[in-house]
Amino acid sequence: MLRRPHYIALGLVVLLTLIILNLPSRTTARLKLGVGGLFLPLFGLAGSSQQAASAAGDTVIPRRELLRQLEGLRRENQQLRIQAQQTEDAVRENARFRQLLGWQRQAPWKLKPARVVLREPSNWWRTVQIDLGSRDGLQVNQPVLTAEGLVGRIASVSLTRSQVLLLGDPDCKVAAEIENETHDTGILGASSPLNRAFVEMGYLPGSANLKPGQLVKTSGNGGIYPRNIAVGTVVDAQPGDYGLATVARVKLAANLSALQEVWVMFP
Amino acid sequence: MNWLNSAFVLATALLAVFWEAAFNGLRYLIGAQIDLLPALMVYAGLCTGITTVTLLAIFGGLWFDSLSANPLGVSVLPLFVVGLVIHVKRDLILRDQTFAQVVLGFAASAVAPVLTLLLLLTMRHTPLLGWGTLWQVGVMSVGGAIATPIFFELFSWLDHTLVHRRAAQSSFRADREIRRGRL
Repeated sequence: MLRRPHYIALGLVVLLTLIILNLPSRTTARLKLGVGGLFLPLFGLAGSSQQAASAAGDTVIPRRELLRQLEGLRRENQQLRIQAQQTEDAVRENARFRQLLGWQRQAPWKLKPARVVLREPSNWWRTVQIDLGSRDGLQVNQPVLTAEGLVGRIASVSLTRSQVLLLGDPDCKVAAEIENETHDTGILGASSPLNRAFVEMGYLPGSANLKPGQLVKTSGNGGIYPRNIAVGTVVDAQPGDYGLATVARVKLAANLSALQEVWVMFP
Repeated sequence: MNWLNSAFVLATALLAVFWEAAFNGLRYLIGAQIDLLPALMVYAGLCTGITTVTLLAIFGGLWFDSLSANPLGVSVLPLFVVGLVIHVKRDLILRDQTFAQVVLGFAASAVAPVLTLLLLLTMRHTPLLGWGTLWQVGVMSVGGAIATPIFFELFSWLDHTLVHRRAAQSSFRADREIRRGRL
């Protein structure tokens, strides 16, 4: 049987929950950051222990192995330098043509590296937290990517940390384009609860000519993600909405399960 | 039980939430992250007072939501409901039996996320749901069932190690001592 203290506690919890859930979104966001600030010492502890473990691991690697890796990286660096020179020529040529045609000049991407420090504790959202915040100039809705492809966008920013909404989260929609003859466009939506590697691409035309392996890139529509960021490849497609549209399954290029370091794109 | 025990419970909740966000090895192996708060709530409901249950629900829920994309405060009520039901019925539960702890941990770890999801859907949020969610709830339940007896052992050890106990009153009374003679 419930006694008086139980009723008081129940009333208190219900009242508190109702108050917090009905606060303005800005106040809730601040409150969330304030409560999350309690974990800062644990962040520091986890970070330093990780560094210590990696430093201990580094000392164990034999010198011969390090020299071999260094030689490999030198070679790769030289190859990339040559490729960069060629790309630079192409970029200059492109800019000249754009100037001749009177088109707006394409700005190069400005990227900042960030480390993934925490992942979503619940099973029904897809987010991670990175170690860059408003003091590093981050703002909401900036795209986040890896060398393989798009990862998501910044959802909220605190002074030292930011929450990244990953592809596959129900709240992370991306306007994308398929690299085929007709350049069909659609919207990337949610993934399945268990498989993070695939997302659904909806709102494709019913007549879309989709084949497995076709590349999917951002279309630039929507104003958040710039054009031509790699997203993934088409796996299969089936008709949806009574044949009026096509729904494709896309395998993401970036491995969202093993994110360690990401790049935040600045405008 | 005293304030030190409540402090242990809250500190464990803080570490449990941080563990859930920082270590994801299990999630990639079995497809779901285990939530330790319902298992901790089983311990609090059976072995502590209503104040500790309330504090654990409020702080545990807020800490969890602060690191998650959940709306802040949404996990508080489901945790409290689980804790309150166990607390009210605790006289009928054999709390020292490992089997009872496992069954309660299993049930609490299944009920708390389902209640949270229902609350989210009521608030018109669109969490990631599908057939895979059943598997995730199953994994969370099994994880909670395993974690609950571990929490009982941990707090029992902490209680014996760190909490001061008064020495029991001796039954010896000087006036009742039988004095023996030389023979």
